[in-house]
Amino acid sequence: MTSPLEQKIRITGPSVVTANRTWDGAVVYRTTGRDWSTDLADAAVVRAVPDARALLAESVADDVGAVGAYIAPVEIGDGGKPAPGNLREHIRATGVTIALAVQA
Amino acid sequence: MYAYDEIDRTLIHERVSEFRDQVKRRLSGELTEDEFKMLRLQNGVYLQLHAYMFRVAIPYGTLSSKQLRRLAHVARRYDRGYGHFTTRQNIQFNWIKLAELPDALADLADVGIHSMQTSGNNTRNVTSDQWAGVAPGELEDPRIWSEILRQYTTLHPEFSFLPRKFKFAITASAHDRAAIKIHDIGLRLYKNEQGETGFEVLVGGGLGRTPFIAKTIRPFVHGRDLLSYVEAIMRVYNQYGRRDNIYKARIKILVHELGIEKFAQEVEEEWQQIRDGDLRLDDATIEDIRSRFTYPVYEKLPHMPDELRKAAHDPLFERWRKNSVFPHKAQGYSIVTISLKPVGGPPGDASAEQMDALADLADKYSFGEIRVGHEQNLALPHVARRDLPALWQALHRIGLATPNVNLVSDIIACPGLDYCSLANARSIPIAQELTRRFANHDTADLIGRLHINISGCINACGHHHVGHIGILGVEKNGEEFYQITIGGRADEQAALGTLIGPSVPFHEVADVVEDIVEAYLALRTTPDELFIDTVQRLGVEPFRERVYATR
Repeated sequence: MTSPLEQKIRITGPSVVTANRTWDGAVVYRTTGRDWSTDLADAAVVRAVPDARALLAESVADDVGAVGAYIAPVEIGDGGKPAPGNLREHIRATGVTIALAVQA
Repeated sequence: MYAYDEIDRTLIHERVSEFRDQVKRRLSGELTEDEFKMLRLQNGVYLQLHAYMFRVAIPYGTLSSKQLRRLAHVARRYDRGYGHFTTRQNIQFNWIKLAELPDALADLADVGIHSMQTSGNNTRNVTSDQWAGVAPGELEDPRIWSEILRQYTTLHPEFSFLPRKFKFAITASAHDRAAIKIHDIGLRLYKNEQGETGFEVLVGGGLGRTPFIAKTIRPFVHGRDLLSYVEAIMRVYNQYGRRDNIYKARIKILVHELGIEKFAQEVEEEWQQIRDGDLRLDDATIEDIRSRFTYPVYEKLPHMPDELRKAAHDPLFERWRKNSVFPHKAQGYSIVTISLKPVGGPPGDASAEQMDALADLADKYSFGEIRVGHEQNLALPHVARRDLPALWQALHRIGLATPNVNLVSDIIACPGLDYCSLANARSIPIAQELTRRFANHDTADLIGRLHINISGCINACGHHHVGHIGILGVEKNGEEFYQITIGGRADEQAALGTLIGPSVPFHEVADVVEDIVEAYLALRTTPDELFIDTVQRLGVEPFRERVYATR
């Protein structure tokens, strides 16, 4: 499988790096503090390919902390905080769009 | 039920210990994800959108009440209180934590359940007719042969690194409930003119990006030769199957590219080398497997007991009985299908409480046995007909008496974009909306048998190609769109559906399906003409016209 670092990076706007936390699979975002957060609001936002590449490289290097890191689009709201940039990321950030068989 | 022997029990427990060590090494960083990925996949552990997903095998769809209770326990203790029954007689848990997986596996191993080979490029769970052993007219219980194949394929060293995944399905009935024609190898058990048990062997079926209906490679293979013939097929596939392109790696592509005659010739040459070797099954081996299946001792009961006669006055009971209760090989007994398709619910999901309660009902009414079908429903295979009214009331109390089996709201759907990292579009909300549109049972009865299948991407886990109405989610400029096919079927007359026209957006799918159904009701010649027969008679054009006339 091609490493995410070997893939061509294209971004069309503000982006973040997201992955799944290794021990439990939870959705996480790479922060400016070189760590992971389950809150998208904490994510480091990049707008240029070199910055995205660097953030992704740093994220992929933390193989124990999280797996499957990739660049995801975000939208920046009025408060300057990132919000999911597409349906897939919206579902990852906020959960399934259906009622579960058993409510949490 | 089949009783595992000491070898199987040891194997399953050793596998848990092995995986526990692998998980420990992964979490410590000793194993990288690249190194670990194949190991977790071989134990049925995927990484999905929100969490790890854990797929557990239910070989040939047979579960004991004890095993079902243990699945409920895993759902409750390690997941979010529910499980999802799939189209291949597996159950999936969607929120499992990697760190807790070894404990979940150990709990399952205690009751003889495992997740070996529920993923990865190896032989997957061997599936069969969920009515195996109880269907009237069945020639022989196909699970005996399924179990022989399960033992043969489990951790088979030569076939642990195939070009791609490999799926078997077996039926022994004239009506195919196991969808054998959409499997890599499909086996139809029958007896030849000499009265010998054997199989029509079909090969190269499959859905996904490039769908094919399986072709008959050999009209009759004697039962004693089953393993050697299967091995010959898999050797040819293992040698010539493509490894350079994941989309062209399944055996269906090899069969298509070589042609069935050339493929069969290659298999025949291989088979002649090995057919009289160690893989030849002797009667003692087959009987040993057969003897490990236990069957209920049925009472001699009337076909129409008083309890059933009285309950027939209740129209709600009768509606459920008509759609959920099926003939059994033993007089006085029935097979009861339990719909996991409640109005507004995700198809195939069951809560831990429902699983526990159903296990109790299985103990009370079905000799402690439950079956899992590829339609994402469950079944109680041995219910005395006198107990049907009491069972219905008990099922009703736990939300499992939806009277829609084989009707329009009995929808097969993959998890789709709500869970799956491969999906392009959501499946479950489409299914939920359709069940609401067709919630009126009188309307559903009027429509009759109609199978809707929904997949959230081209990988086709919802088997959309073989739905009477198939719905495939695609992504267009960031939006969810859906292609609609009609005329597919997964039974003994298996066929791929035909696309009716351009894809439609998310919010129009239910309207389109309603249009198709209304067109069918107007076009059918008699109330007995099923939707699939009308499509076969008229083709897709009248339906296309109806759907797109105003779009």
